[in-house]
Amino acid sequence: MDAIIETKNLRAYYITKAYGVERTVKAVDDISLRIQEGEVYGIAGESGCGKSTLLRILLGAYQPPLAVVGGDVVYHLEGETIHAPDITEEQQRDLRWRTISYIPQGSMHVLNPVRRIRDSFHDFISAHRDVTKSESFQMTAEYLRDLGLPEKVMASYPHQLSGGMRQRVTIALATILWPKLIFADEPTTALDVVVQRGVIQMLKDVQQKEGSTLVLITHDIGVHANLADRIAILYAGKLVEEADTRTILTKPRHPYTKYLIESLPNLDSREERMSIPGRPPALDRPPSGCRFHERCPLARDICQTIDPEMIQVEPGHRTACHVVEEELSHEPVA
Amino acid sequence: MSQSPSAPLLQIEELSKIFHIRQGFSSQEFHAVDRASIIIESDKPEIFAIVGESGSGKTTLAKMVLGMEVASEGILRYKDRVINDLSNKEMKTWFYNEVQPVFQDPFAAFSPLKRIDSYLYETVYNYKMVGDKKEAPRYINEVLSEVGLTLAEIAGRYPNELSGGQAQRVAIARALITKPSLIVADEPVSMLDASLRMSIVNMFRKLKEDNEVSVIYITHDLATAYYAGDRIAVMLRGWIVELGPTEQVLGNPLHPYTQNLKTSIPSINVDDAWQDKIDLAVIEADEYTRTGCKFAGRCPAVMDICHDNIPPSVVHEGRTVKCFLYDEDVDPAKKTYLTPAAT
Repeated sequence: MDAIIETKNLRAYYITKAYGVERTVKAVDDISLRIQEGEVYGIAGESGCGKSTLLRILLGAYQPPLAVVGGDVVYHLEGETIHAPDITEEQQRDLRWRTISYIPQGSMHVLNPVRRIRDSFHDFISAHRDVTKSESFQMTAEYLRDLGLPEKVMASYPHQLSGGMRQRVTIALATILWPKLIFADEPTTALDVVVQRGVIQMLKDVQQKEGSTLVLITHDIGVHANLADRIAILYAGKLVEEADTRTILTKPRHPYTKYLIESLPNLDSREERMSIPGRPPALDRPPSGCRFHERCPLARDICQTIDPEMIQVEPGHRTACHVVEEELSHEPVA
Repeated sequence: MSQSPSAPLLQIEELSKIFHIRQGFSSQEFHAVDRASIIIESDKPEIFAIVGESGSGKTTLAKMVLGMEVASEGILRYKDRVINDLSNKEMKTWFYNEVQPVFQDPFAAFSPLKRIDSYLYETVYNYKMVGDKKEAPRYINEVLSEVGLTLAEIAGRYPNELSGGQAQRVAIARALITKPSLIVADEPVSMLDASLRMSIVNMFRKLKEDNEVSVIYITHDLATAYYAGDRIAVMLRGWIVELGPTEQVLGNPLHPYTQNLKTSIPSINVDDAWQDKIDLAVIEADEYTRTGCKFAGRCPAVMDICHDNIPPSVVHEGRTVKCFLYDEDVDPAKKTYLTPAAT
């Protein structure tokens, strides 16, 4: 499979200057990843770990104070290779929604409150295709029916729909032009569990129908477990582990991932679960060395000074940890 | 305390909260909480979880227990005293000594312009927890140690200087200052990160064990409710549809709604990923105003009787469940629905 988007040593910082005091927040620091065509790529991490910043960079939707200070983002779309930093505004407008699409978190802010849903759909479609109103209405009706949504939402205003229905309409809107690459930022976070399940199911349907690539950002590991093919774990602006979903959930290697997975309560057992000591670091003054070392029970001297490199545990499973690196050097090569 | 040992800590009986919604000249009744009954005993501290979707009435119920909202109907007693009959003075001197709240967003609970320790001092002075003001720091430090903090860590700091987990700990410490017998925690962990969430939930477990504080733990997160709760009440559109020991209610849910909730939690076990599909076309609105069972519109086990009649609360397999499926007066031949095997 080919990569559809990749980043190489990407660094994106928020640089602010007020009253002569410069402050740099290293929200995305040295992240390299390849997202394959047709997969669901999950990005997980706590708030403030840089996952939304990473998404903004991948989407090309950023402005000062956020700036890319190093590295590269490359799209491989329709046989072309596009370097995101060189993209023109016109090119971007053409790509966005038609080829690259984005499902935001708060569906209330996306749909125009004074326009009926079908008019929002028409605005959207007519911006990219030469269609009449009746053509776009028909296209919308067909698409909503395909996705199993009631047709009567077309004539509704956004406030008349429940939160879950609104989010599903937003997903339909973002995907009606069959984009190749869909980004979703916490698409289910504000929703109740029963509704959340419907939204997850719909995202899966949309993704599978056309074999699109879905980049899914959420802090909820349960959502990743049900949707993602591969998961990347971010911690304090760094990629700390990446593997297929099963490996991350059953055989995590990085101490942070281990903690994160083990601390999740579930309905199988009520045994006491350990929580991670301490708290995530502030990104304007990240800790030296490994950014997790202050909270890590396995931390060594080396972790305090040297930033660990990404190493391969086994094919398709990468992690950045000195301790794992040492463990691997003792393990017999399979 | 002068109460008889048998008097329950909290007694909620057939409690309702009715709001009136005016549309033009007509007015519609809206039952945010509809005849809810819960009893928390005083002799054995417990964590009582209330779960439900947004709009199920769980926060309204909590507000009534806290005396922040006046009940429309029903009985609400704390240690055998009717909460709504208490004078303002009694509320301040007695009730809030006994019952303390913890809210969802710790940063909204504290003013950003005030130092966070000032809240702790104020509470100590207002409730006269120490004889001499010089004793206050020692007392506060003692309470903070219950939540894993020290006064030195937070003294003189503003809320924005603390992490969400720390701020929530301070909020809980503030609630503990009066040595309450009940803490009402409304979504206390939903604003917190996954890595901090468990530390707060673990703390409630510890407080129950060590300090003998009962906790009403309100959440939409079934997994932490299962982890922390001794008993659980599942709410739907103002009703308590199932109430009983957590292990039974969530281990083997009886009400179709609880079953639906349970299967909707995304499992972190990859092998448990959902196979079957659900119908997306149902619009969840209008359930409050249904005449029969509020769940009839979405229920896979719906019978004719459910559309027009309110189901009774029946005791079945160690819990109360509000459903005709378990009503012995209903002809068993009509109960065609089979409970999905508990997974």
